[in-house]
Amino acid sequence: MIRVILPAHLRTLAHVGGEVRLDVEGQATQRSVLDALEAHYPMLRGTIRDQVTQQRRPFLRFFACEQDLSHELPDALLPGAVTSGVEPFLIIAAIAGG
Amino acid sequence: MSNIRVLVGTRKGAFILTSNGKRDRWDISGPHFAGWEIYHLKGSSADPDRLYASQCSGWFGQLIQRSNDGGKTWAPVGNKFVYDGVPGTHQWYDGTPHPWEFKRVWHLEPSLTDPDTVYAGVEDAALFRSADGGQTWQELPGLRGHGSGSRWQPGAGGMCLHTILLDPTDPRRMFIAISAAGAFRTDDAGKTWRPINRGLHSQHIPDPIAEVGHCVHRIAMHHSRPRVLFMQKHWDVMRSDDAGESWQEVSGNLPTDFGFVIDVHAHEPETIYVVPIKSDSEHYPPEGKLRVYRSRTGGKEWEPLTKGLPQGDCYVNVLRDAMAVDSLDSCGVYFGTTGGQVYASADAGDSWAPIVRDLPAVLSVEVQTLP
Repeated sequence: MIRVILPAHLRTLAHVGGEVRLDVEGQATQRSVLDALEAHYPMLRGTIRDQVTQQRRPFLRFFACEQDLSHELPDALLPGAVTSGVEPFLIIAAIAGG
Repeated sequence: MSNIRVLVGTRKGAFILTSNGKRDRWDISGPHFAGWEIYHLKGSSADPDRLYASQCSGWFGQLIQRSNDGGKTWAPVGNKFVYDGVPGTHQWYDGTPHPWEFKRVWHLEPSLTDPDTVYAGVEDAALFRSADGGQTWQELPGLRGHGSGSRWQPGAGGMCLHTILLDPTDPRRMFIAISAAGAFRTDDAGKTWRPINRGLHSQHIPDPIAEVGHCVHRIAMHHSRPRVLFMQKHWDVMRSDDAGESWQEVSGNLPTDFGFVIDVHAHEPETIYVVPIKSDSEHYPPEGKLRVYRSRTGGKEWEPLTKGLPQGDCYVNVLRDAMAVDSLDSCGVYFGTTGGQVYASADAGDSWAPIVRDLPAVLSVEVQTLP
């Protein structure tokens, strides 16, 4: 079970109050976690990564275990603490704008 | 008695303002989609409770929301806008080729007859269509592909397709406008397009009478005379009496002919409205006086409408999609400002009052006259 924390606007969009808990088939990577997230919450498609290129949207970052994972390859394994559900996978919106 | 529903898109959400036919008391609901930019929302004339909204953000991209109950509840529908084929390039601000990139939906135009069919004008400029209530979107590629697309260039606000006019007498005919490419028309339901910019004159481009390259801000049409078009260009107010084949300037005695909005009275096809803005470098009303100008002669002769509008220290703008009219016997006129006011006139512009004063900056205003 993977724990995912969404930015506030995406929690509202997906109608979730707190963190999201996902069962991810196979190895837990950014791609597999986001695939599972979008499968459960299709309204999030296109809001975290581009629907065609699958690239992370520029003003979002991925963090876990106090590490910035934003530039990791999408198929790189996530830290064990994320895979085991001890630590959440955080999707963070850049602090910018008005 | 009829009711009025005003759909307001702002920088930080959507608002729905409702009143009965007297239009003196208003209920305000919102913000819907709080914190998101709502470039435009519009209802279907075939089913007034079917609404579409363009919701976007610099962080999370584009969403399309749909309501089937007049805006009480909403649900996201499809948001996958993919250009047809290899997108190619248009010109960047410096004249170099720049790849077409989808950024946002500026304008949603529901079909006049089918609530499930809706058109989307997007940035970078293209026209998309959905025939399944917004679930899926397909580009009408003949517009970008008609030959001049590689020469289109963005205006200061981006290269946006912001105006979509559907001819009520001919379902094959549509007009669209792009900043800063110009106006285009199709006569075969979007398969092929051609520019309709003859008569436009834009001093800031290398060839002031070029086929494309004009910064058209808005076009308006009266449903009873779809061959007559009115245009607020970057500078100049124009009209065409031949479906865009040629244009004549009708700026007349306006204090400035720069502006964004233009609209037509619901029952008087020669009565039109603009809001003059000082200049392209100072986007606020001349002399700090917010004045709507009305022409009852289809242009050239204009009268300022000031009653109820601030006549001093007013430095708001009125953006291109932020004016609309209702169709009650005494035509109502509505516009929103970047200062967050939505003004309404229940007497065709003779007098005005704010419906609401302190919304986020208003991006769009649409009006529904409900039975």
